[in-house]
Amino acid sequence: MIALYLTIFISFIIALIFLVLFLKSVKTGQYEDTYTPSVRMIFDDEFSEDDEKDEIASSKAE
Amino acid sequence: MSSKEKLTCYHCGLEMSENETVWFDEKPFCCNGCKTVYEILNQNKLAKYYKINETPGIKNTQIDQEIKHKYAYLDDPDIEQKLLEFEGGPVKIVNFYIPNIHCSSCIWVLENLDKLNPYITHSEVNFPAKNVRVTYQGDHLTLREIVEILASIAYPPLISLDDLEKDKKKSNKKLLYQLAIAGFSFGNIMLMSLPEYIQQQGFWIEKFAPLFRWLIFALTLPVVFFAAQDYFDSAIKGLRQKIINVDILIALGITVLFLRSTYEILTGTGTGYFDSLTGLVFFLLLGKYFQRITYDYLSFERDYKSYFPIAVTKLVGDKEEVVQIKDLKAGDRFLIRNEEIIPVDGILMKNKALIDYSFVTGESMPIEKKVGDKLLAGGKQKGSYIEIEAISDVDNSYLTKLWSREAFKENNTQTIKSLTDKISQYFTFVILSIAFLAGLYWAVTDHWSTAIWVITAVLIVACPCALALSAPFAFGNILRKFGYHQFYLKNAQVVEDLSKIDTIVFDKTGTLTKQDKYKLRYEGQILSDEDQSIIKTMVKASNHPLSRLIYEYFHNASIKNLDFITEITGKGIEAKVGDDAYKIGSAPFTGAQSEEESTQVFICKNTHILGTFIFEANYRPGLPHLFKQLDKDYKLYVLSGDNAHEETALKALLPSNLIYKFNQSVHDKMNFIYELQKQGKRIMMIGDGLNDAGALQQADVGVALSDDTNVFTPSSDGILKGDRLIQLPRFLKIAKQSKYIIYLSFMIAFLYNIIGLGFAITNHLTPIVAAILMPISSISIVVFVTLLTNIISNSLKYNKFQD
Repeated sequence: MIALYLTIFISFIIALIFLVLFLKSVKTGQYEDTYTPSVRMIFDDEFSEDDEKDEIASSKAE
Repeated sequence: MSSKEKLTCYHCGLEMSENETVWFDEKPFCCNGCKTVYEILNQNKLAKYYKINETPGIKNTQIDQEIKHKYAYLDDPDIEQKLLEFEGGPVKIVNFYIPNIHCSSCIWVLENLDKLNPYITHSEVNFPAKNVRVTYQGDHLTLREIVEILASIAYPPLISLDDLEKDKKKSNKKLLYQLAIAGFSFGNIMLMSLPEYIQQQGFWIEKFAPLFRWLIFALTLPVVFFAAQDYFDSAIKGLRQKIINVDILIALGITVLFLRSTYEILTGTGTGYFDSLTGLVFFLLLGKYFQRITYDYLSFERDYKSYFPIAVTKLVGDKEEVVQIKDLKAGDRFLIRNEEIIPVDGILMKNKALIDYSFVTGESMPIEKKVGDKLLAGGKQKGSYIEIEAISDVDNSYLTKLWSREAFKENNTQTIKSLTDKISQYFTFVILSIAFLAGLYWAVTDHWSTAIWVITAVLIVACPCALALSAPFAFGNILRKFGYHQFYLKNAQVVEDLSKIDTIVFDKTGTLTKQDKYKLRYEGQILSDEDQSIIKTMVKASNHPLSRLIYEYFHNASIKNLDFITEITGKGIEAKVGDDAYKIGSAPFTGAQSEEESTQVFICKNTHILGTFIFEANYRPGLPHLFKQLDKDYKLYVLSGDNAHEETALKALLPSNLIYKFNQSVHDKMNFIYELQKQGKRIMMIGDGLNDAGALQQADVGVALSDDTNVFTPSSDGILKGDRLIQLPRFLKIAKQSKYIIYLSFMIAFLYNIIGLGFAITNHLTPIVAAILMPISSISIVVFVTLLTNIISNSLKYNKFQD
């Protein structure tokens, strides 16, 4: 039954880790603006494509 | 493209006729301002801005030269230091509020500011708050340069007096922390309590019970001392003011639960009620969180400071000098440029002023002023620059003085007790008597220790969780639904206040009338095509707002060549074509006879009056219907700062028993509300401009009407979108119904309490009974209230003009 101490201990620690992670995410402001990241995400892709095209264009010019 | 097709500006999407179009890069633009923005973006490989959304821009009204002067004050190290959010060596961070942010293109271009200037290292947009945070290298780039870059691409930040005085934003994340901790503890404690509920005795329990119990105890500590902190604070505050609020009962319940449970595990007599305790706190905080809803982009506390500029250009001799508004003294001469706000009262010294007082009065038609006229702070100059001599400093100007009057500071402290607190008063009294009587009974028939057991059990079970949850969830949900339908309330308490209203006072200008639209009506003989063209050409060059309206009126007419044209400020325009002399303007100028009091412009050709343009305020659609509906349940008043010339029009439109008051000053409006309140009336005031601000504050519920929620609204309890005004009867009805829902849920809560008290008085309240009863009562109340409020707010979905 000694194993039980260990499992309780582990489960408690895991739960605690999630709590700390949540508190940290609140602190860094993840919940302050829940809209903009959803828009920003779409641009990330397209923008890198554009960059590549630009690079290709500029390398050709050279 | 066929020439008949309407052209739209590539940048801002404004429709325009062909001869006004500025062509650039084979794209049409409505003005040079818009073209310049395109040029800048295109040069810096940011033309994708126009691909994400079509015509994403906002008409660029600023001209380069103006930008240059406008932001000179940002070079002042004192101002810069106050505006910066962070400063660490060369790295500086600044957060701007940019009202023009409105679409995904905006986000894209503002997050790529580094392409416009390499010393901008990072920029991040918060779309709901319309903020952009810029990180830059302060040793290569000044704050002013950044603002100028933003202004050049038509995203000028709004930097107001408020930014200087406000303390750095306080975060209100505490509730979220409390909620997280309470939820964490509640979940774990429930799990850890389970073994003891299932098994009463045996090897396992004997061996592990102490460990579990102390673990549970440890988990409870942060809940009691951190998560529940606000309830204790509020209870103490209530006791100090000798008001019995619901938090006193909650605090009492939590204390008793904690002490008794601790006693039980200390003596080993029981498991304690820790799961009920943490569950209670968790549900209460959940209700609090649900009730708290913030509209990032709205502010209910704005005053003139969020509107006034930080600095102006002062003239010292021949030199221009930038001074902060607070340093401006009576006798100083200063410059006001196009679209700038006059910060202090003054006398116009140079040039012609065209002042837009819409922010003060709600009246959008600019007023012309001549040299020597007095100008009140708060007006916005339209047109070329003007020179003003200050006659007071900023704190003593007419408007700002209004603001510092007591009514604004009082903050409505006439503590109107909330529904919950009112009920809790009786509730507390009843519970305490029951506890006392039950204790007395057990002390006599049994033992005093049993009596204490029973008393604590009564206090535990009576803890008004369900009672405390009803209102937050009901009003919180209504708040959300209203917000969805563009009626934004400051907090949940306002919903309750709305339900008690019996009198509604309307402001006229900007509230019953549309703010910027005037109806133009022509009376007189029919104008020939040639006359139309001549009139159009005459008004074309004039900046006067009436001229512009007439110009738009003749949108089909062509432009003619005139032999002679001159504008006489404040009177009219004179022109000659061949042998004909034309005059457009006021009655004395044209020699016409005018009887009406409304705004009129006469057309005179060779001393013969052809006709007259009559400008009428444009009333919002659906007003007669709105007033007819409201008239059944409410006493209605209309206040106006204007003279009575619209009275006949209003009387024709609205029910006959309305009471009108014209020529009301800012103070009159406020006093009018105050007098009504003295008669015991509960008043809702609906207004829009700063001249209503006093009345809005004084009223039980002050609602600011706004056609564009981005622009200034005076501080109020709620902000209603202009075209939703006709739905007002529905909003009010829902607020009333929500009150009855709360009454109903109170009854359910009492039912649970009676069951619970039954257990407690008979000394049968075991931890497991409490652990089952408490969450069930809380959850069922929440579900009940949320469902019903959803149902009643459904009616908002229907078409505006129905019923």
